[in-house]
Amino acid sequence: MYRYDEFDQQFVQARVDQFRDQVQRRMAGELTEEQFRPLRLMNGVYLQLHAYMLRIAIPYGTLNSHQLRTLAAIGRKYDRGFGHFTTRQNLQFNWPALKDIPDILTELAAVEMHAIQTSGNCIRNVTADQFAGAAADEIADPRPYAEILRQWSSLHPEFSFLPRKFKVAISGAAHDRAAIRVHDIGLQIVRDEAGRIGFEVFIGGGLGRTPFTAWHLRDFLPEEDLLAYCEAILRVYNLYGRRDNKYKARIKILMHEAGLETVREQVEEEFERIRDGALKLPHGDIERIAAYFAPPVFETLPAESAAQAAAEAADPAFRAWVRANVHPHKQPGYASVTVSLKPVGGIPGDATSEQMEAVADLADRHAFGEIRVSHVQNLILAHVRRDALKAVYDGLVAADLATANVGLASDIIACPGLDYCSLANARSIPVAQRISERLGAPDRQAEIGPLQIKISGCINACGHHHVGHIGILGVDRKGEEFYQLTLGGSADETASIGDITGRGFSTAEVVDAIETVVDTYIARRQSADETFLEAYRRLGLQPFKEALYGAA
Amino acid sequence: MPSQVITANRLTDGRVVWLTADSVWDEDVNRAAVADDKASVEAALAKSNPAVSELNVVEPYAVEVEVTGGRIVPKSLRERIRAEGPTIAGAYAGERPAAARNADIRPQIA
Repeated sequence: MYRYDEFDQQFVQARVDQFRDQVQRRMAGELTEEQFRPLRLMNGVYLQLHAYMLRIAIPYGTLNSHQLRTLAAIGRKYDRGFGHFTTRQNLQFNWPALKDIPDILTELAAVEMHAIQTSGNCIRNVTADQFAGAAADEIADPRPYAEILRQWSSLHPEFSFLPRKFKVAISGAAHDRAAIRVHDIGLQIVRDEAGRIGFEVFIGGGLGRTPFTAWHLRDFLPEEDLLAYCEAILRVYNLYGRRDNKYKARIKILMHEAGLETVREQVEEEFERIRDGALKLPHGDIERIAAYFAPPVFETLPAESAAQAAAEAADPAFRAWVRANVHPHKQPGYASVTVSLKPVGGIPGDATSEQMEAVADLADRHAFGEIRVSHVQNLILAHVRRDALKAVYDGLVAADLATANVGLASDIIACPGLDYCSLANARSIPVAQRISERLGAPDRQAEIGPLQIKISGCINACGHHHVGHIGILGVDRKGEEFYQLTLGGSADETASIGDITGRGFSTAEVVDAIETVVDTYIARRQSADETFLEAYRRLGLQPFKEALYGAA
Repeated sequence: MPSQVITANRLTDGRVVWLTADSVWDEDVNRAAVADDKASVEAALAKSNPAVSELNVVEPYAVEVEVTGGRIVPKSLRERIRAEGPTIAGAYAGERPAAARNADIRPQIA
């Protein structure tokens, strides 16, 4: 994992000291809320319905066990003993007091963490594939490039007041687990004919009130040009992105209004001007950063584990968990484990301090002390010996973390919704809880197969509903919560925005409506091997619409 | 005019507070001063303005409520959730028990 150098430690500490002073001045009445608000937002501090919320950056979703234990300890000491993992691979605390936040930031800085650029109109935390450095299908580990982008974008003076926020995601495998086509910049690692590493570049993807899948900007960007090219994109956006209307300020609107060719021409022109300047990445620098992400020392093992096979034969629940939550690894005899934060009837993405500590302990014992956060709001132990899977499973069972549902109907993304969020129009979490109770029985989930349900409590789409196989958007209709459904969305390499089914459903109706969609799929699929998304793409909206609203 | 109360978030910890008849900020909505006419609402808002009074709350505003059986219930779901806390069943330590919350904002389990 990356370790802070002197420069990193210094700027993080300087920011903590600066914010401590700003909080003191606010408490003393020397700063008004109007003056203080932009300052707190630059440090990840929001004011939500019931309390302040602190959003902590987890760069490209990678943590060490020491950092996770610190988050657990902060949750216990300053919050209510839990934290919430987000779709941007970050962690949010829902109940911190403003007066305590400088102390929290001091404790975070001691483990090389901060909340800088987790809010505001700047370049946000760079996200990446949760199986980075482990996935069997990976071309190269995306994290060294994500770290290079982090260093470039942190406190970048030119890009501290962009027209709107700016999100970058990077995938090292052709199968996109990082949702790069719904980010402002999406980077796909590729190799050219000569075998050199570079990036396929996507631009202008995004969700919110005007969803777009990304435009394809460039086939191959050599790795040494990563920063110069991103700087060129940001400059064009900073110059031409709209500042007259907050809702039209993201780069997707610039792409939509100016067109791909115009933007590409401008980006290429600026890129040609700066590509051989200070931002050119010397190969030695890339190697120096990549060394931080060198794979751990793996044992030479057979691909199959006799211990795993014996445990599976003896324990059907373990076998079901392996099927759903264990993923292929590039190293024979190893696997990646997803720790589901989606217990049936639970709160998607929440983990108690005790659970975080249990995962940190398992990581130390079985996974080289490393933990990842996925954009689907789960945790990952990336490198686990197959021989140790049963021990990991037993540890997760003891911590109530062994739900076998990754990629299934109860592995739901949900935003905090109207239970916490000051922007929300409707609740998300209770709907997620009820759907998982309805569809979460093991046999039922197995019958349904891969299904991504994503719920947002307002049009800002933090719950990624547009790209859910089934998306749910909460709206306010004359003071009542209603839920609009979208079908056929996808966040992977076949990214698509879901189709709206029609009028929304009340709180009482929405779970039945979801089950109607699921049952329609099961009745109409060609075989159990045809997934919901495949069947939807074959059948289209009509049969689902008829099932939901009756024949027209 | 619908009855109104004044609410804000406390500066130090962000907690939801309500302005009482004694001009203090209280965490219990049932202790809020209810204003029934425009002049009283404006007077209460003026009194609660951080620019002219103590600087201990953030952005006070008026909320429409109904007073039934001696209980003050905000009209909008958002404000009921602010008054009563998250509606999520099985909440974590430190949150008020579900029984203490308004039954009408708890999710109906289908």
